[in-house]
Amino acid sequence: MKNNNSYKVDSNGFYGPYGGAFIPEMLYPNIRELEEQYMEIIYSDAFQEEYRGLLKDFVGRPTPLYHAKRLSAHFHANIFLKREDLNHTGAHKINNTVGQIILARHLGKHRIIAETGAGQHGVATATVCALAGLECIVYMGALDVERQAPNVRKMQMLGAEVRPVQSGNKTLKDATNEAIRDWINNPVDTHYIIGSVVGPHPYPDMVTRFQSVISEEMKSQLQEKTGRDYPDYLLACVGGGSNAAGAYYHYMDDLRVKLVSVEAAGLGVESGQSAATTTLGRDGIIHGSRTLLMQDADGQITEPYSISAGLDYPGVGPIHAWLNRSGRAEVVNVTDQQALEAAFLLTRLEGIIPALETAHALAALEQLDLKEDHNVVINLSGRGDKDMDAYSAHLPGEKKKFTTD
Amino acid sequence: MNRIDRLFTEKKERILSIYMTAGYPGLEDTVPVIKALQESGADMIELGMPFSDPLADGEVIQQSSHAALVNGMNISLLFEQIAGVRQEVHLPIVLMGYLNPVLQFGFENFTKKCREVGIDGLILPDLPLKIYEEAYRKTVEEAGLKFIMLITPQTSEERIRKIAGASGGFLYMVADSSTTGARAGIKDTQLEYFARIEKMKLGIPRLIGFGISNSETFHLVCKHASGAIIGSAFLKALGKENGKATGEKVKNFVRSILD
Ligand SMILES: Cc1ncc(COP(=O)(O)O)c(C=O)c1O
Repeated sequence: MKNNNSYKVDSNGFYGPYGGAFIPEMLYPNIRELEEQYMEIIYSDAFQEEYRGLLKDFVGRPTPLYHAKRLSAHFHANIFLKREDLNHTGAHKINNTVGQIILARHLGKHRIIAETGAGQHGVATATVCALAGLECIVYMGALDVERQAPNVRKMQMLGAEVRPVQSGNKTLKDATNEAIRDWINNPVDTHYIIGSVVGPHPYPDMVTRFQSVISEEMKSQLQEKTGRDYPDYLLACVGGGSNAAGAYYHYMDDLRVKLVSVEAAGLGVESGQSAATTTLGRDGIIHGSRTLLMQDADGQITEPYSISAGLDYPGVGPIHAWLNRSGRAEVVNVTDQQALEAAFLLTRLEGIIPALETAHALAALEQLDLKEDHNVVINLSGRGDKDMDAYSAHLPGEKKKFTTD
Repeated sequence: MNRIDRLFTEKKERILSIYMTAGYPGLEDTVPVIKALQESGADMIELGMPFSDPLADGEVIQQSSHAALVNGMNISLLFEQIAGVRQEVHLPIVLMGYLNPVLQFGFENFTKKCREVGIDGLILPDLPLKIYEEAYRKTVEEAGLKFIMLITPQTSEERIRKIAGASGGFLYMVADSSTTGARAGIKDTQLEYFARIEKMKLGIPRLIGFGISNSETFHLVCKHASGAIIGSAFLKALGKENGKATGEKVKNFVRSILD
């Protein structure tokens, strides 16, 4: 792949001032091994052949770019949905886990660990471990184990061991801490499949590359459908930021494309109950990466909140800290309630039940200044099966009201 | 002379360094525990600055950090506590913690305060060698602080030499590939690692830490280094109760190790 992209990672593992590998010495050999080998391995012919083959026949790629006509009419613009929800296991997460499991085999690792929030990355990891016949341990916050129960059962059926994490807020950040501790204690035989563009270098760049297949496909699909290979607006939700990074990758230097990153505002940006990292965060270090971080005046990491377990993270991938601070991407905040409303809107207009995370991206359409001839792509990162409990509790017509601030 | 250098000049073996979490078990326990450690015969104190996400730590230090934060401990308060007791305490004091709270305090400001209140060294495990050398080494050395770095059983020989060259005061040998916390005994592979490092003649004193929990393991690892660091086992011995008979518990613990 070309290396002329100014928003790409530099040779020290930084995006502008963000990124790097702020890790204790215990992790150094593992991170160093990855850093030295990942580019050579993932661009080798053998790797690419296996990776591309699995994306096609196992994951079901390319995913469609769907022109959502009724949604377009509603918002008076041309709206396209990049259907990552149609991937095997129901989200974009598997693009990354397929890549990392092949990498793990090249590195000779036979024990796989992962963290998960919504459970989508956990399921995607358990799936590729079953495929490769490797041992799989997934760390998941105890609160998330409760709110994403169907995914826990899937992971177990796939043969993974799900370890509930009781520390902190019992969500994604704490699960990530625990996965990192596991790796410190098992440095030789274990590969850590991180689930987003977070963590120490080279993870953010590596995961971005595995997800970049999203924008690679988008380009030719847009060309075919609109006669241009780029959209006017490109929207994605951002938890750690992997689906967004993949959707942006081939457009980062194309300034004709407005990049819109959508973050979870929970009960409202100023409510003290949100995961609006870019808006509320200051420079700091989380999970080995310098990035924008929600923290108190003493530098203690604060507990985020969102109705969506996949966006409930107090940091953001360093690539997104940089895209935002350099002015390349705009950040829009969406509350729990706005996301729920958007999920119902898409379901009733297009017959697609989105994941709660994805619903945040859809809700951002309300906040854009759209024109009839604008081509808009939303990265439909996942499907809503796992969120049916939350949705049923808020079915329009029922007495239950949305949470409000 | 920096108190760490003086310690290693005067004492060559069985140095006992104790790790404690500042503000634990009670916010006001920091000072009495430090004093009791000195009275009981400990040689050096590592004061843990609590962090919300201590990802290199096992359960005991995680819990003590969490409790200390709930108690209201922070870096400014810790500096006040140390300033108040420094005249009575001649032991070297090393601050140990994660990088983020230090960055928010302001790194230069932090090292200046360290010097003011009489801190001798720093251990910041998530500040990696390369970035330390490029961006922070000068500031640390100007403040007269020793920057103590870690090696593990997985660290390559080449890198050990680099780290030993950049480390100040002493080299912190992580005893096992693990997070902090006590475990049963010392394995043969660990002894081989200790012996391997001993033979490298690094020219800097070494202390061994992580998983040292009692007299037996202390004396065993002391055969291969100038001494050892005990953390989780000490915190366990302190118990979770705010202020209660802390001095007595400290003395009993230190005696149980040294005897
Ligand atoms: C469907 C879906 N979309 C988005 C996300 C957020 O992750 P990221 O920002 O890395 O794409 C998740 C995370 O679990 C998810 O399951």
